[in-house]
Amino acid sequence: MTSTPLSPTSVSSVHKSPRFTLTRGLMYLGLIVAALFFLLPIYLLIVTAFKTPDAINLATTWQLPKFLNWASFSDAWAKVGGNMLNSLFLAVVATAISAMLGSLNGYALSKWKFRGANTLFALMLFGMFIPYQSVLIPLFQFIKSLGLYGNIWGLILAHVVYGIPITTLIFRNFYADVPDALVEAATIDGAGFWGIYAKVIFPISIPGFVVVIIWQFTQVWNEFLFAATLTSSGSQPVTYALSQLAGGQAVSWNLPMAGAILAAIPTLLVYIVLGRYFVRGLLAGSVKG
Amino acid sequence: MKRLSTDRLWAMAVLAPSIILLAVFVYGFIFRTAYTSLTDWGNDPAQAFSLTPIIRFIGLQNYHDLFTSGLNTRFRQDLVSTLFFTIFFIAGCLGLGLAMALLLDRNPKAEGLWRTIFLFPMSLSFIVTGTIWRWMLQPQGGLNQLLHLNPASNGWLTSRDSVWSFDWNKLPLITAVLVALALLWVGWQALRSAQRTRMGVAFGCAALLLLWALVIGPNVKLLPAPELHGFNIAFIGIIIAAIWQMSGYTMALYLAGLRGIPEELREAARVDGANEWNTYRHVIFPLLAPITLSAMIILGHISLKIFDLVFAMTGPDNGPTDVPALLMYITSFRQNALAVGAAIGTVLLLLVAIIIVPYLASQFRSQEGHA
Repeated sequence: MTSTPLSPTSVSSVHKSPRFTLTRGLMYLGLIVAALFFLLPIYLLIVTAFKTPDAINLATTWQLPKFLNWASFSDAWAKVGGNMLNSLFLAVVATAISAMLGSLNGYALSKWKFRGANTLFALMLFGMFIPYQSVLIPLFQFIKSLGLYGNIWGLILAHVVYGIPITTLIFRNFYADVPDALVEAATIDGAGFWGIYAKVIFPISIPGFVVVIIWQFTQVWNEFLFAATLTSSGSQPVTYALSQLAGGQAVSWNLPMAGAILAAIPTLLVYIVLGRYFVRGLLAGSVKG
Repeated sequence: MKRLSTDRLWAMAVLAPSIILLAVFVYGFIFRTAYTSLTDWGNDPAQAFSLTPIIRFIGLQNYHDLFTSGLNTRFRQDLVSTLFFTIFFIAGCLGLGLAMALLLDRNPKAEGLWRTIFLFPMSLSFIVTGTIWRWMLQPQGGLNQLLHLNPASNGWLTSRDSVWSFDWNKLPLITAVLVALALLWVGWQALRSAQRTRMGVAFGCAALLLLWALVIGPNVKLLPAPELHGFNIAFIGIIIAAIWQMSGYTMALYLAGLRGIPEELREAARVDGANEWNTYRHVIFPLLAPITLSAMIILGHISLKIFDLVFAMTGPDNGPTDVPALLMYITSFRQNALAVGAAIGTVLLLLVAIIIVPYLASQFRSQEGHA
């Protein structure tokens, strides 16, 4: 796997210039079919969100709304708006702390290798693959005994700790590409552990931070199990609120659809604007570089 | 080259908080969950959250009950459901992901746009995806309308039907035969590459297992009566939603792999007279095999842990679409049967560890080789 850190966004086109032939026609047909699979649910999501409850019925499911019913969004915001702010606070704080920890860990593990560093790192990485159900009961008790149950800081603690493996992994692989000669040179200039971090490592870490921040923000924003277990009504993030909004029985579908759009917008925007960094985080989770 | 020891101490000091936190939150909590699963905490609901609960050590009784007691048919169905879910989910993601990567590798116009469309669900929460697809799959809703399907016979998530049922009592037998077949295949591979020891061990174990399956296996009874478990049709919709969300990920992996294949290799194959199909079959697909394996492992462990998507699509209490991760949550935090919940969590951890530990070990062994 070491040969595939190449992100698909860095296009290196070496193929022959495309001609329009039957195979290329079939290629576009395949692409269109695949795109329909991904986009039709989004089309339905948007048109349903803009309909009034009485306009949502069997015969007109796929038709455009007669007029845009913005009330769906204000109604949905009334139900999940506070939770969105919870999610925002949670994701920003948890991401900032785990990114900082990951950067320092990655630096220590890649530039100050000691005996057993790799084994230690593997043991740390295991923490990102475990099903959290296998730690949920003690975690719940622990957070409760700290007096943080139902408090957003309890949730932040959980996300910071279980975020350490992935942020460390991404930074460790990022710093592995920094030439050791740079570190050696700084050592000769008399810089120590912190001096090298401040003068050599940190200034070139911006892309690493972007990848980690985007990835971690998305993960924390989208997480559900901790959200459902460790919070009470005042501190629930948006994923939990959305599941409650959509879970009711006699539900009028424009409301959960509008709620889903609200909950999706932050991460979707980040993905569309900074997609290439998102893909790097995605690949980092499986490709150990 | 020697460095100042204070700097090395700083490196340790920087790592220490993370190591301590992970030691407690990962390994300490896993140990604690495993211990809890050996007690009767919460088997009497009154004791679950009392301030001074009476907790007794009961050994493996909870596990024994989960796999054989008449009260726990739901857990056994969940295990079977997870197995089917995993197979179809991985197959779907690999197939669709590879197809999309191969299409994009042919340099269509606006390649970045196509890629963005195929990958955007990865940035959504499983809860958002579940909410959308729950609406798509209403019997009177989107997909049936679009494809002109009869809502009465295509209930999707509301279906109660089950196919490919088998008796839970036959599970040891089926497992033994499947493992034996896998070992026979390993032995056959070893035979072809003339690895005598491996061949001997594989064939030997396979023979033992088959012998057991023939002589003792048919008489093993886990339960007093036959108990049928199969693939619940209601899962099809959830599998489609999961593939919708995750196939972009395999596409990204495959595309990175395809971009890593040097053009000279393809040229060489063409010079040797290979047509397009043969180039793929003999040059490109073999080079993608390690990526397929990684993707299977990552998708497999996601699939075993699947929880949010099911919660969002069919709620926490829909029997036909239950999975172990959801059952653990319900058992522990709704029914307060903490010890049983801990046992389910531990089973889940063991299933994930079977996949992940060898993966991590191999990744690091190959890295030591490079260093």
